[in-house]
This record gives sequence, C-alpha cells and structure tokens, in this order.
Amino acid sequence: MSAHFDVPALRAQFPALHQSVNGRPLIYLDNAATSHKPLAVLTAMDAFYRRDNANVHRAAHTLSARATEAFEAARGTVARFVNAARPEEIIWTRGTTEAINLVANSWGASLGPGDEILLSTLEHHANIVPWQLLAQRQGVQIKVIPLTTTGELDLAAALALLSPRTRLLAVSQVSNVLGTVTPLARLIAAAKSEGALTLVDGAQAAGHLPVDVQALGCDFYAFSGHKLYGPTGIGVLYGRHDLLEQMPPWQGGGEMIRKVSFAGTRFNAPPFRFEAGTPPIAEAIGLAAALDFLTNLPDGWRQHEADLLAQLCDGLDALPFVRRIGRPSEQVGVVSVTFDDWHPQDAGELLDQMGIACRVGHHCAMPLMEALGLDGTLRFAPALYNTREEIAATLAALARLPEFF
Amino acid sequence: MDAAQISFLTRHPLGDGGLDAATVIAALGQGAWEERYRALIQLGKQLPAVPPEWRGEEQELPGCESQVWLLSHQDEAGVWHFAADSQARIVRGLLAVVLAALNHQRTEAILATDMAGYFETLQLAKHLSPSRGNGLRAMVEAIRNQVA
Repeated sequence: MSAHFDVPALRAQFPALHQSVNGRPLIYLDNAATSHKPLAVLTAMDAFYRRDNANVHRAAHTLSARATEAFEAARGTVARFVNAARPEEIIWTRGTTEAINLVANSWGASLGPGDEILLSTLEHHANIVPWQLLAQRQGVQIKVIPLTTTGELDLAAALALLSPRTRLLAVSQVSNVLGTVTPLARLIAAAKSEGALTLVDGAQAAGHLPVDVQALGCDFYAFSGHKLYGPTGIGVLYGRHDLLEQMPPWQGGGEMIRKVSFAGTRFNAPPFRFEAGTPPIAEAIGLAAALDFLTNLPDGWRQHEADLLAQLCDGLDALPFVRRIGRPSEQVGVVSVTFDDWHPQDAGELLDQMGIACRVGHHCAMPLMEALGLDGTLRFAPALYNTREEIAATLAALARLPEFF
Repeated sequence: MDAAQISFLTRHPLGDGGLDAATVIAALGQGAWEERYRALIQLGKQLPAVPPEWRGEEQELPGCESQVWLLSHQDEAGVWHFAADSQARIVRGLLAVVLAALNHQRTEAILATDMAGYFETLQLAKHLSPSRGNGLRAMVEAIRNQVA
C-alpha cells in the first residue's frame, strides 16, 4: 500500500488542481494528454525569465553565460534521468513527435527500397506518419506487429516479421490508449540480432516507469516534457552518440553549423547539429525542474499510481454498462472504456459537467481503433497527484450515467 | 439525391411546421443541468436516424469526436430541407436543437437566424466553442455555407 505517500502535500505543489469546474471540484484524469505543473517548474521558468534571460552559446556577457550554464545543466539532468552515457546524446526537440520526425528525416535519409521499418498496431500517429512520409519519399516498406486479443503486442508475430531487411524497430513503451507495457527487452534483443536499430516512443512511459536507455539497449528514445510535469514545447530525443555523429542535419540555421560559407558549410557536432535556431531555453530549464521533482519524490509514488489504476479498473469492471478495453498483463497510466448503449463522447460530456476531466476519441491511434473495431474510447489517465477519493467519485459519477438516457 | 432521400428530408419532423425552436426552448427549460441534459437527450430521440447507406464520407462533417452526418436538399420553391445524425446521443440532441431552428426554411430566413442568441437562450452557448468536438459549430457553419 502507499499509505506513506503523502498525496495532499503533493497536491499542494500543483496550483491548477485546486479549482472548480462546472461548480464541482476538478478531478483531473487526462494526464496522458498532459499533466499539470508543480510549483518547482513554474518557479524555475519564472526565475529564468526574471534573472538569467539571454540567448545561449552566443554572447560573451554574464547573462548569456548563466543561461547557457542552466541550459546545458538541464541537458545533463535529462541525460541522468534516462541514464544516457553522455549529455551529448540528448537532443532538445519540441516533443516526442518532433523527436521521431528528426530520426525519420535524418537517419531515415539513408534508407531506400528493400529496407523495412517495423512498427506496431498500437502506435500513436506520431510514430506512424513520419515513417509513412519516409516510405513515400524513399520506397521503404512498413511492417506492423499485430495485437493479441488482450491488447498486447503479438511477440511471436513480431519475431516473424523481423528480418535482415528490417532497418528499424520503432515501438511505444506504453500504449496511450490501452496502457499496455510492451515487451521491449525481448523486442529490442530480437531486432538487434537482425542488425536493426531500435527507437522507443516513451511519451506515455517516461512519467510512470523508470527509464534506462542503456539497460534497454535502444538506439533512440523519445519523450515529451509536458506529460511528465514539465512545460509544453520541449521534448527529448536520446540517440546513441556514435549514431548521432554519422547522422546528417535535418533543419538548417544558426547553432547547428561550425562554419558557413557559400562554397560550403560544415556542420556542428551532436547534439547542436540537430538544434537549429534558438532553442526553447526556459522550457529546457522547466523540464529539468520537472525531472528533479520526479526523481526526488518520496518512495511509493509508483505504487500509489498502480493502486489508483487498479482501483479504477476494478470499479469499471463492476459497472455492467461499461466495457473495459484490453487486459494487458502489465498496464500503466491509462485505461480505456466504451459503453453498451451510448457513445464515449456522451459519457465524457456528462463527466465534465461533474467536474471530471478525461479524454474522448481515437487518441491519435486510428489504426489501433480499427484493429479493435472501435471508433473511439473514453480514456482515464490518473497520475501521482490523484487520490483514491477522486477515483471513487469518478466511479460514482459513472454509476449515475444511465439515469440520463 | 433519390426520391426516397428527398422524401425523408422534406418530411423531416424537426423544424418549421414540426418541432420548432419555441418547442425546444420550452422543452429544455432553465432547470438544473441534469434536467436539461436529460431533456436534450430526449430531444435527440425525436431526430429520425439517417439510414446507414446515406451516411457517406461526403455527408460527414470533419473534426468531430463522434461522427456527424448532414444531408441537405433545396426544393423547387427554394426551401431547404436537412437531416442530420450522429453516433453520440447528446450530439443528436444538439442536432435536433439546430434543425428545429433552421430546417424547412428559405436561405434568407436561415442566414437571418441568430444562432448564437438561440444557444445563449438555451444555456448551450459553450457547445458552440471551437474547442468542443461535438460538431455543433461545424453543423451550423455547414448549413450556412450550404445555403449561402
């Protein structure tokens, strides 16, 4: 149990949680879309703009030196958070989506006909469409790992789809619809044995599970700041250093060059080669504050999250008109449901009237919806600052729904 | 549009000569939100289902969390006839609210209808917000574009 994990003290650090919506206390269960921000993040960004604000890596003056120091220290914080071998393996992006687009455009430029990329059915569009664009440009083939009936990746099928033609395995660590934790260790080992590189979409994982890119053995790992208590507009691509060194730039501009002349331009080393233009400096500092917040939390927060999800799943199963989607053996972060007699949107709107924020729709995973034979779900995504009382209130609100129809 | 579809649209029970705006305003009332949502969902039950074979991609309105379809026909006298449907019950109620105000009318009358004011009266104004994925705004705009 998580009795020693002090949720009220934690909630006090999140100003946005303390408000009323439609006359009811807000119950925020849309954390898979974005999480709220602790005071530590708000303060760090505010302090940067109030005191240190300057462009990085450029000017000789003191403010720029302070900004650069904080900015590069933030890169170091991220490197420690994912256990990268060195900070140069951390590239700032706008989010997971841009991180994956970077790999598709830069590393992907070397691919051609005969090469295959292996994805899975449960991917977010961010880990599908960049590869489709690459496939259209360069004649690369996309293969897709199917799902089992419980909503897990079909490992046997995945192994059968891997071949020497597979150049990249790109899969999520956690499904944003089903909460499925994918069998990354086995998939990555199998991909490596075929000589393929591996990219992990960690958007839904990094805020819930420990991340260790060296233990995972992946070549790329992407995640977003705003889903793990950091600001929007900042995300991370981890890439193995020897790979990054070989990869061409994908966006041109300042910062990413070593020397520019009209006779030819020499590019900077990683990570700067991939960071054209002024980076999101305050956001990087805010993200580092969020990671510090997360890594300094008292023990028990992951157990608390698991307890909340279990309470929610048990309660959903007890409601006869609710269909829980997927039964993965390992599940974190989210649970999706549909209803026998009404659309998820009906439920989402009535819950909003009761102050409960959740997500309705296809969750940017239309191929998954198609595979499940659904046109959308209602998704609950509790996080560490939610309480057992909030889950109980949500289940009670759901129990009221039949009286509306 | 074939004869069956034209007949379905011209006989649609929502709007002028049928369940009209005044009836909707009376039905929704000004009570507690629970009562008003129940009434809205009940209104949706008066919206005849559009047969699945008539719900093509061309009839579908983009950008909605649930699928929403709109069919339209202008008769020889210049009167517009609409039918609409959705998978979501509350959206069906909102569609009934829209059609009650706009169906079976001429272009000038449709364009002259103050939909924002109507939704204000019904305390449903927030449903017209672009961030709401309910398709209501898309529906009102689709009808206005169709007749304009």
